[in-house]
Amino acid sequence: MKPAVNKTVSLDEPVIDEDGPLYAAHRKVYPQSVRGTFRTIKWRLMVVCLGIYYLLPFVRWHRGLGAPDQAVLLDFPNRRFYFFFIELWPQELYYFTGLLVLAAMVLFLMNALGGRIWCGYLCPQTVWTDLFYAVERWVEGDRRERLKAAARQMTAGRAAKCVAKHAIWLMIAWWTGGAWVLYFADAPTLVHDLATFQAPAIAYIWIGILTASTYLLAGYMREQVCVYMCPWPRIQAALTDEWALNVTYKCDRGEQRCSLKKSFDLRARGERVGDCIDCNQCAAVCPTGIDIRNGAQLGCIQCGLCIDACNAVMKKIGRKTGLIGYDNDINIRRRMDGKPELFKPVRPRTLVYAFLITVICAVMVYELLSRTLLDLSVLHDRNPMAVRLSDGSIRNAYTVRLLNRRDFDRVIAIDIDGPPKTSVHVVGADSVTVDRPMIVLAHDTTTELRVLLTAPVDGMAERSMPVRFRVTDLGLGEVASASDHFVLP
Amino acid sequence: MTEHNDIDHISGRSTTGHEWDGIKELNTPLPRWWILSFYATILWAMGYWVVYPAWPLLSSYTTGVFDYSTRASVVNDLAGLEKLRGEKMAVLGKASLTEIEKDPALLGLARARGRTVFADNCAPCHGSGGAGAKGYPNLNDDDWLWGGSLDQILQTIQFGARSGHAQAHEGQMLAFGRDGILTKTEIVTVANYVRSLSGLTTAAEFDAAAGTRIFAENCAVCHGENAKGNQALGAPNLTDRIWLYGSDEDTLVETISYGRAGIMPAWSGRLDPITVRALAVYVHSLGGGQ
Repeated sequence: MKPAVNKTVSLDEPVIDEDGPLYAAHRKVYPQSVRGTFRTIKWRLMVVCLGIYYLLPFVRWHRGLGAPDQAVLLDFPNRRFYFFFIELWPQELYYFTGLLVLAAMVLFLMNALGGRIWCGYLCPQTVWTDLFYAVERWVEGDRRERLKAAARQMTAGRAAKCVAKHAIWLMIAWWTGGAWVLYFADAPTLVHDLATFQAPAIAYIWIGILTASTYLLAGYMREQVCVYMCPWPRIQAALTDEWALNVTYKCDRGEQRCSLKKSFDLRARGERVGDCIDCNQCAAVCPTGIDIRNGAQLGCIQCGLCIDACNAVMKKIGRKTGLIGYDNDINIRRRMDGKPELFKPVRPRTLVYAFLITVICAVMVYELLSRTLLDLSVLHDRNPMAVRLSDGSIRNAYTVRLLNRRDFDRVIAIDIDGPPKTSVHVVGADSVTVDRPMIVLAHDTTTELRVLLTAPVDGMAERSMPVRFRVTDLGLGEVASASDHFVLP
Repeated sequence: MTEHNDIDHISGRSTTGHEWDGIKELNTPLPRWWILSFYATILWAMGYWVVYPAWPLLSSYTTGVFDYSTRASVVNDLAGLEKLRGEKMAVLGKASLTEIEKDPALLGLARARGRTVFADNCAPCHGSGGAGAKGYPNLNDDDWLWGGSLDQILQTIQFGARSGHAQAHEGQMLAFGRDGILTKTEIVTVANYVRSLSGLTTAAEFDAAAGTRIFAENCAVCHGENAKGNQALGAPNLTDRIWLYGSDEDTLVETISYGRAGIMPAWSGRLDPITVRALAVYVHSLGGGQ
């Protein structure tokens, strides 16, 4: 380990790691275990996140006969996406776009309020790395023991521990890949098929890919992913502002750093010394191996573990906690100037994000509630656009695609609002009544019809007239309509 | 690589030992992972040479241990596709044409097959959408020379018209002018008469009585007393608004003077029976079905 750097942090000259190369050779990080508020929050969030990820495929949701009863299912072969009570069809993928935009806005808002909350608590890389660290600590001991072991020769006992650690890691990674594929097929069936080696090859391939990536990313690359691979720290740096709360070393209180013993002497003599006793606990517990006292930096994922570590030390030596805490540079300066601290969670930036989030949510909920389970789309034949019949009337052909999202077959009637005396003919279907074809729509599927409209409009001045297709479910009374045009040759 | 003990004094790093005009190159080896990846690609390439066709020889090439060939692979895939398609398409051979059209699934299948076959074989004359051209019937309308029912369309596609096939439709429009059956004046008169049947304007000096008489004596045999045509002979209806070769006076005079005998090829020998059936359903569904 590098010896602790004892340099004064100045606000006017931010510390930049000047001698650091663009890519530093990997230095293994041995974070120490820590207890405290943020550690507890992280444990609980880990349980929630991993719990959802691993168990969600096994949640059942009854949808009736013929439909899958898995609560969350991405059914690619049948092109259906199920999320509890919502069933999405491929043409409704814009909901996913809405979700992505929403996710981005929530991320921006979190960032404007509390910095890299995503990085520190919710990012899969953080969560799985945290889990892998916990395993490592459990098998090989805490920071001190691991450092000691790393410096010594390999022994049989250590080799056994190492093997055990990697075995557990691989098991977690394998389970991670396994849970992933369960979202794409009926989970209990797939588990059975996987166990009996009857599952499709693609399932095994994906499990392999995710096992490998989890094992490599969480086991080996760890903080390297955050520092070198992830774009978010860079984007976040551009999105943040001076009011955002970040995990901050309050240098106004901490400097000059001074050992505990020396600080007593100096204080007794009336000299001003900082509260930081240079115990390096904040650096020892850091999962990305940085020193928070060097100020805000790319490598800091703001997980708050240094806060826990520092608070524990402060309590032990009888000083006020919060030397490291959620704060910003404005408050550091205000305290230095003798002004009271100021927090502004409500400001134009956060209001705009909150407003956008509300609008997107409202639009999506409205769209979801107002979408019909009967729908149609109409496509006018282009070749030829119009046909003259022997009696001089004009016929246009359309491809009408009907969607029946209900889980039962239903009978619909097709009506037309268009040129006067238009007659409707559906290829292949004999109408019960002359002008009102009735068709049976199979459940949960689409039906394509070729519809011919004939109207005695030859010689009319207008070359194009609007026409509206209206379909009515004769049982439920549901109506859907779509517009197109009737053209003359 | 040869190791040099030459150290650059400014950077404190070793050099490659090469010197040009007093300038030396620092020895900056590539990262180990890079080198290993590079060696791995070389090994991969060598394995590839052995397994797959790789090196050109004078008159052939190295075939590789698996005798792999992209062409054989494509042929194999296509054969599999044809087999797969054949199983599905077999249904179209068993069901009656009416049944096919009534069943949405079979109709979709027949239309999909028919559309591609139509584009390959029929579009050159009838147009990609079946809209026809001068002398080539529009298949979207309701006017049919040889009949527009499913079975009649199938018949026409199978054996054609004036195609030389034994079962082909036969019918001939005589060359009334060239063969001297009618005089030039009579032809113009009857052309105007035929135009009047469809409600088209006629020439000022047109003698309707003469036209009626010439038509009854020469044309009614095939086109019928009321000029409604005769599908058995392929004689078109002359009272409607659809004209295969055009309805203006000059075109009609040409038609009557020299006759018309468009040829529709027989497809039964060229396309397999199931495909022809799919094609008949497709053409019928274009809208001209009767």
